[in-house]
Amino acid sequence: MVVKQISIFVENKEGRIKKAIDTLAKADINIRALSIADTTKYGILRLIVSNNEKAIEALENDGFIVKENEVIVLAVPDEPNGLNSTLAIFDEKDINLEYLYAFVSSKSDEAIVAMRLENMDKAIEALENSNVKILEESDIKEL
Amino acid sequence: MFWNEKAECMNKEEKEELQLKRLQETVKLAYENVEFYKKRFDEAGLKPEDIKTLKDIEKIPFTTKSDLREAYPLGLLAVPREEIVEVHASSGTTGKPTVTAYTQNDLDIWGECIARGLKMAGAEQDYIIQNAYGYGLFTGGFGIHHGGNKMGAITIPISAGNTQRQLDTMVDFQSDILTCTPSYAMYLGESREKAGISLEDINLKAGIHGAEMWTSEMRKRIEKSLGIKTHNIYGLTEVMGPGVAQECDCQNGMHIQDDHFYPEIINSETGETLDYGEKGELVLTSLTKTGMPILRFRTKDLTSLIDEKCECGRTTVRMTRITGRSDDMLKIKGVMVFPSQIEKALLKVAKATPNYLIHVTRPDLLDEVEVKVEASKELFSDEMKEMEKVEKQIQASIRSEIGIRVDVTICEPESLPRSEGKAVRVIDERNFE
Repeated sequence: MVVKQISIFVENKEGRIKKAIDTLAKADINIRALSIADTTKYGILRLIVSNNEKAIEALENDGFIVKENEVIVLAVPDEPNGLNSTLAIFDEKDINLEYLYAFVSSKSDEAIVAMRLENMDKAIEALENSNVKILEESDIKEL
Repeated sequence: MFWNEKAECMNKEEKEELQLKRLQETVKLAYENVEFYKKRFDEAGLKPEDIKTLKDIEKIPFTTKSDLREAYPLGLLAVPREEIVEVHASSGTTGKPTVTAYTQNDLDIWGECIARGLKMAGAEQDYIIQNAYGYGLFTGGFGIHHGGNKMGAITIPISAGNTQRQLDTMVDFQSDILTCTPSYAMYLGESREKAGISLEDINLKAGIHGAEMWTSEMRKRIEKSLGIKTHNIYGLTEVMGPGVAQECDCQNGMHIQDDHFYPEIINSETGETLDYGEKGELVLTSLTKTGMPILRFRTKDLTSLIDEKCECGRTTVRMTRITGRSDDMLKIKGVMVFPSQIEKALLKVAKATPNYLIHVTRPDLLDEVEVKVEASKELFSDEMKEMEKVEKQIQASIRSEIGIRVDVTICEPESLPRSEGKAVRVIDERNFE
């Protein structure tokens, strides 16, 4: 029900994001989705990639701090109110959203959204009782 | 149990008699052979014969690091050059390096002091000493090496760095004693865990760590992560190198090899000699070195002396853990701050690493302090609010330690400057002129 993303700690310094991406390219890792949360001092680079294990190994070898954690990935109808109706599900259950980021799908009628919620189990339960499409690791590989 | 029971457990009268005799010899040697000392004595109207008691040492002018720099490189020799067999130098991070030169006899004394310390850490002749202090001009590597040789133990001159090789050596050779800087010991401990090497796979029993300031929190972490008992060692290039003093198993102050070095504590502002137990700047006088004898060297290290027989049986005077340096001390917003306090504060926050840099600036009229802390896997969280929480914890811990609010910046691992394996702890960019 959940997809594993990797997060990388990057200092807000010239060339650090480039270096991380460069490391992934050299390890032959495909980046499926990416987002950056940043402060003035550092950022957290969150990625969904083709091979977590290989990506983590390559990044750690290059001195990066990496963590793997779970996000829920949903296919949201690509239309007005599409995301809103999904978020309403969490709202109703008082589940706080930590962050979300969207990425494109080759299918034109859906948008793909990765999200991290305060209570992941509760969030999944809420989703299961709705008709929202939850994507698995295997679905993502095909995007 | 003792390497040299006679020297280490001498009674007070006997020791003072020996110290006075050796002091008089050293003063005479320095006065007659070193231009610098002769000039200082003459200016003070002092003759070697005026040193009649140990107390008379207080009449001798202090020697400072800048005196040594002015004599760079070999201006303070008390013997002909042909008698010198080895030199070492300080890193020179705060100016020109200071050099120490050794005769063969000086090296033997150095080895003797280190051998006493190795024995305090439990070493025997068949012990394997993994010497991960840097070899080179730095005194750490060679100092321990001379001591290992003196004892007849097996010294592996692996030097600092190359962590994988250190771990392999620990496992393959089943090293008994690890000697390195405390920060490197911490790093090795963490690396051992990361590499999945269990404590059963290694055979370390003790560690001898020094050459930089460390705290008891750091000691706990090293002891746990390497399964060892640690021994704080003290020394400085200007006087000899490591081995001037070291802790025994009691871990209650470092035994100064006071038949070779005479310790005093002074008030660093007035120069006045303080009593046992009082905290001040350590001043050391060599009692047996002949290559480059040193009289009343101001170490800038802040400590106090204990003149009581230790539970281990040794009677040598002990010095307490160095809590700061009189010149390392920062005055921030009028408050005295020592880098060791920041380190202590960091170690109280479970996830924080003790790899830090204190950056002091004065953009306008007020001091601003930024403490940069290297991130670790434990500290890093994917969620921004968790990161902010750790930053706030660190900030609060520092504030409760030094009473000043500082900015905390988390930075990438191994991004902070290091010099010869020693971490650079302070960058003070305030202009006081």
